[in-house]
Amino acid sequence: MSTTLDILASASLWAAVLRIATPLIFGVLGALICERAGVLNLGIEGIMTMGAMSGWLTVYWGGSLWFGLLAAALSGMAFGWLHAKLTVSLGLSQHVTGLGITLLAASLSYYLYRMWVQVGDLPPTITPFEPIRFPVLSDLPFLGEALFAQTAPTYLALAFVALTAWILARTPLGLAVRMAGENPHAVDAQGLNPLAIRTGAVMAGSALMAVGGAFLTMAAFNSFFPTMVQGRGWICIALVVFASWQPGKALIGALLFALFDAFQLRLQTAIPGAPYQLFLMAPYVLSILALVLVARRARVPEALMQPYRRGER
Amino acid sequence: MPILTSRRQLLAGAAASLALPALVRGATAAAPIKVAAIHASPVENAWNSRIHAAMQSAAADGLIEYKFSEGVSATDYPRAMREYAEGGAQLIWGESYAVENEARAVAADYPQTAFLMGSSGGPAGDNFGVFGTRNHEAAYLAGMLAGKMSKSNVFGSVGGYPIPEVNLLINAFRMGVKEVNPDAKFLIGFIGAWFDPAKAKEAAVAQIDAGADILFGERIGTADGAKERGVKAIGSLIDYSPRYPGTVFANAIWNFRPTVDAIVADVAAGKPVGRDYTEYSFMKYGGNDIIFVANEVPADAVPAMEAKKAAIASGAFQVPIDEKEPG
Repeated sequence: MSTTLDILASASLWAAVLRIATPLIFGVLGALICERAGVLNLGIEGIMTMGAMSGWLTVYWGGSLWFGLLAAALSGMAFGWLHAKLTVSLGLSQHVTGLGITLLAASLSYYLYRMWVQVGDLPPTITPFEPIRFPVLSDLPFLGEALFAQTAPTYLALAFVALTAWILARTPLGLAVRMAGENPHAVDAQGLNPLAIRTGAVMAGSALMAVGGAFLTMAAFNSFFPTMVQGRGWICIALVVFASWQPGKALIGALLFALFDAFQLRLQTAIPGAPYQLFLMAPYVLSILALVLVARRARVPEALMQPYRRGER
Repeated sequence: MPILTSRRQLLAGAAASLALPALVRGATAAAPIKVAAIHASPVENAWNSRIHAAMQSAAADGLIEYKFSEGVSATDYPRAMREYAEGGAQLIWGESYAVENEARAVAADYPQTAFLMGSSGGPAGDNFGVFGTRNHEAAYLAGMLAGKMSKSNVFGSVGGYPIPEVNLLINAFRMGVKEVNPDAKFLIGFIGAWFDPAKAKEAAVAQIDAGADILFGERIGTADGAKERGVKAIGSLIDYSPRYPGTVFANAIWNFRPTVDAIVADVAAGKPVGRDYTEYSFMKYGGNDIIFVANEVPADAVPAMEAKKAAIASGAFQVPIDEKEPG
């Protein structure tokens, strides 16, 4: 018990929580924006891989880190556009299309990487985002290490939570996006184009997903491996449900999952001899439990996964 | 110009064509063996990269012709094996860990083709050879250096999954540490993935938080955590020192070339290859070795390590193989 408390009281744990949560925050926000507009985007896993590759490659080819993030976002947008064309314009199955996008984007990023980057003993590296040191704040006890020694994309992720929450709840644009996910007929009646709104939301959401992937190659690590996203995209899909489609709760969900993960890595070292699989499983089991508790009260966007066809009743 | 053929020329031509098969047979004996490798992972994966490099060097020496596929999923694996076997490969290299039954079935269907598989099982028939990964001797030696370097006396290890090949490696490292430092304490972390450098890094940071100041990195990403926190790390399979200068002071290198040479010689001699080729990864054959950065290790730690290395190479000392999950 005391080891548990010791671990929870260490600033290093909380710093790790934010690091582990960052790609999830981007991913879950992206998935949330798509779903609030009525489109399930299972392309997330592939889009994150593509973002990880294109962001890294841009920097590898001499671009700046921020330009790399932009390139990642653009690559995500491109696949978001494709997903929207198929599911919004053509009204195809969102599940099937999304999985197709994941296969396509993941394989294509592997293929392009192999074409453009030499095969070596070890994958080449870039200089990644370094932790930022703030005057005064970084020197605070506990908080300094936990909060104010992160890399720039982590702060960007937190800013995007606030921005997304504000746009969705407080702006006409957000209202239109939410309406496209609840009742696209009402959007049409307002003289707005629900198809365009959905397409835009999917593209924006996909851009965020790709930036989440780019965090893995541009801040958490400095090389690209074709399979390094490791299911983080699927976790984000589950976290959206956990969050009841609310950006604030999405942040909490991502942090909670990351806390379980950072915690289990420390428990493995603190309790030797216990089966490590139990610890590895913990974040997933706890997420499922949380889903069960929360999902009963969750309010799904009414028109989620329903293609909108003009004039159809 | 019309071609006029005299009877004598015709006779000479006929004699030459009769002799041709013998000539061709003579030529194939020295011709490079056609090798196809099917990598389940991208060849950047440390383990696969060692095999890839050995194959490339064998090809450069004219010993083999090397073709490869990478990132082949388990569901696709038997098909890829069949395709290369049909395509005339004389030796198919692969990793059958996830497809043991299927791989053996394919090998049984192509008795003329030699197979060499990284496998958890034994050899099968005349043409299904297996090999294990053994760089544990080098890991033991790296442990002997590390044992003299720690201030906290806590040694961490980050691994993918606790499979026998990973366990025996980490255990060998620990035994090496213990030989020179009986009071050493050990930490272990498994990340449950072969390709998650971000997670391996977090596992490394967790162990450093728990007091470790030397980490054995079975997975890439471990040294990144060590570098960030200013502690030392040991690399496995490949030489990580150039990538992490000042952090990775020693590496337990695995050399696959002796294994390639052994099976290629067997194939060329027409011998059955259904045997275990693991021994060619041992130090005795040059199958594994330690690379360390001399000015980053204490000078008094080196002679004992070198002496042990000589004893291992001569067979006077055998590093114990302990496949139990390190606790």
